[in-house]
Amino acid sequence: MITVYVPRDSSALGLGAERVANAIQVEAAKRGAAINLVRNGSRGLYWLEPMVEVATPAGRVAYGPVQPGDVPGLFDAGFLEGKAHPLCQGPTEEIPYLKNQERLTFARVGITDPVSLDDYLAHEGYRGLRNALGLEPAAIVEEVTTSGLRGRGGAAFPTGIKWKTVLNTPAKHQSAGQPIGTRNAPEGGSAKDALPEKYIVCNADEGDSGTFSDRMIMEGDPFVLIEGMTIAGLAVGATQGYIYLRVEYPHADVALNQAIAAALEAGYLGDDILGSGKRFHVEVRLGAGAYVCGEETALMESIEGKRGMVRFKPPLPAIEGLFGQPTVVNNVISLASVPIILDKGGKYYADYGMGRSRGTLPLQLAGNVKRPGLIEKAFGMTLRELLYDYGGGSASGRPIRAVQVGGPLGSYMPESQFDTPLDYEAFSAIWAVLGHGGVVVFDDTVDMAKMARYAMEFCAIESCGKCTPCRIGSTRGVEVIDRIIDDQDRAKNLALLRDLGDTMLAGSLCALGGMTPYPVLSALNHFPEDFGEKSVAQVA
Amino acid sequence: MTQTEWDRDAVTEVIEQKKSMPGALLPILHGIQDRIGFIPEDAVPQIAKALNLSRAEVHGVISFYHYFRTTPPGKRTIHLCRAESCQAMESEALEAHIKARLGIGYHETTADGAFSLEPVYCLGNCACSPSMMIDHEVHGRVTPQSFDAIINELKEIAA
Ligand SMILES: Cc1cc2nc3c(=O)[nH]c(=O)nc-3n(C[C@H](O)[C@H](O)[C@H](O)COP(=O)(O)O)c2cc1C
Ligand code: SF4
Ligand code: FES
Repeated sequence: MITVYVPRDSSALGLGAERVANAIQVEAAKRGAAINLVRNGSRGLYWLEPMVEVATPAGRVAYGPVQPGDVPGLFDAGFLEGKAHPLCQGPTEEIPYLKNQERLTFARVGITDPVSLDDYLAHEGYRGLRNALGLEPAAIVEEVTTSGLRGRGGAAFPTGIKWKTVLNTPAKHQSAGQPIGTRNAPEGGSAKDALPEKYIVCNADEGDSGTFSDRMIMEGDPFVLIEGMTIAGLAVGATQGYIYLRVEYPHADVALNQAIAAALEAGYLGDDILGSGKRFHVEVRLGAGAYVCGEETALMESIEGKRGMVRFKPPLPAIEGLFGQPTVVNNVISLASVPIILDKGGKYYADYGMGRSRGTLPLQLAGNVKRPGLIEKAFGMTLRELLYDYGGGSASGRPIRAVQVGGPLGSYMPESQFDTPLDYEAFSAIWAVLGHGGVVVFDDTVDMAKMARYAMEFCAIESCGKCTPCRIGSTRGVEVIDRIIDDQDRAKNLALLRDLGDTMLAGSLCALGGMTPYPVLSALNHFPEDFGEKSVAQVA
Repeated sequence: MTQTEWDRDAVTEVIEQKKSMPGALLPILHGIQDRIGFIPEDAVPQIAKALNLSRAEVHGVISFYHYFRTTPPGKRTIHLCRAESCQAMESEALEAHIKARLGIGYHETTADGAFSLEPVYCLGNCACSPSMMIDHEVHGRVTPQSFDAIINELKEIAA
């Protein structure tokens, strides 16, 4: 029986993968060919999606982008034996885009059946957890500290340090007069289910535009996230995990719940993990379309059933987090990177990277680019290599003029900065943000004043409303930029815009208000001509 | 405003099922919207009572989140991405086309009740921009032509 792979990744589905899968089934039946159709995740070569692979004795061979109408021709050409066809890309692993990557976190994505526990185990899954079960909590934390892993959700805070704080903070016994946050906690729950406990919260809000690595992991290898959360639970003494998933990701919701059910069934989750006597449960909670709920304290408010208003810090979530208890909040990629660290050792992971940016970063290349996709590489490659060696330049064939890195709160970078290495410190040194690793490409038709206006508008739409510079400032910002575009009192309004940027930078409680000046002022500084200014870039 | 008819049993069922979860409010609101398409204003007292919250608190939560709606949606909801990667791939022209084709703006529903249009800020489909989601299905590299083809097909199914 020949195995054929057609992704179930939502982006591949959005390009017709379901119809392609059906067409392959129909055609195989018609020709009496016995095939085993596996719905894998995406390899992340999105310009080739839907990308169909077939397992041959010499390895997997890729065809793409395949449309349903191509299927009979593919059978005629002998694609089930990996034979030549105009859509044939050759052996999948030899495609340079994929071959040159360093996939640690994404090692299985696109290769396995995402919801098959057997497949996961056959591909080195749950080895990290088995190791962790033999270690003291402090030793697990130590391994993560050694790895140098820093939070992949944006702020790049060292994960080991965060875990250590939670490990060393005891859970509180809650009295009858529960704090606000626990008002919705189970009233009639059994003593065993009651507080105190600590929590592992996975931030799966992935609100940043231009990012999709969290989605790809959750759809393409959900077990690795569940394993990472379970290890985190063992490390800090937490027994309950929540995955706060954005509602825009229904396919991830399905895959996660299928994987959780399978892990529970096989004893990898539950009250007695693999007979160790250790307990850990995971539940998926859906967000409801609020960007600010990706901010960790707003996220916890949301899980508690409230408006997603940002909390003042301190107290840190690690000390007083979800339902008032010590809580680890980590991004999907941070947690999904833990299993390999516990499997191969912190040092193995730390050996990748540069400077204080250790390990690998799944970069997400999107926008106006010829070969958009996911590229997992050790830190240190330059932006230019990413844009041209991987991305192949713009999709339109026009010059690339600007790229926005790190989501909607990231700076716009001009061509003169394309040689910056992908490293947290190198980016902050030039007032840019690596963040979640999303890179959005614009060609020379982009109007940067319009992009600056959009950044302000986005902040106005998504502000939680707690602080004035963010809530009001962003609306004023849109108006000021409109006047600049209209050429009303341009010099005065440009000065006003910079002023507003300073106020937002200094006076906001969280990065939504505090970083909106990054896209706005970087656009103004690097592309002054789009704002009617002739002067050269001014440093913010 | 007259109240739209909605399935009270469904709401009661959802509340009973979920009210003992820690932080039950969002799961309940999702459950209701999944079942009947929106969150009726006059279901708010019932939700508030079950969770021992004030009506104002429940209302405050519903209005805070963009995803929750208090009016019935069209038969299908189109979420169109307005974020940067899609803008880089001409989503603005697509937006203009869609609004003209459907004859509605954002947060509106077509007169025949077939489609509602909502903006969204990224669907995680940025490698295949511009993107939209119809109900739970993402569509990538959408052009005005492919949009027309998709909704024509849906209308045929609906008919
Ligand atoms: C407005 C705002 C939105 C954010 N959105 C996300 C998000 O979608 N996903 C995420 O992991 N972190 C997001 N963050 C960062 C989180 O607050 C937090 O730093 C992160 O979840 C911690 O996990 P990490 O250390 O593993 O990165 C956001 C922060 C802000 C201020
Ligand atoms: S900066 Fe904006 S989003 Fe952040 S806490 Fe203040 S008002 Fe809320
Ligand atoms: S920016 Fe439109 S899908 Fe991400």
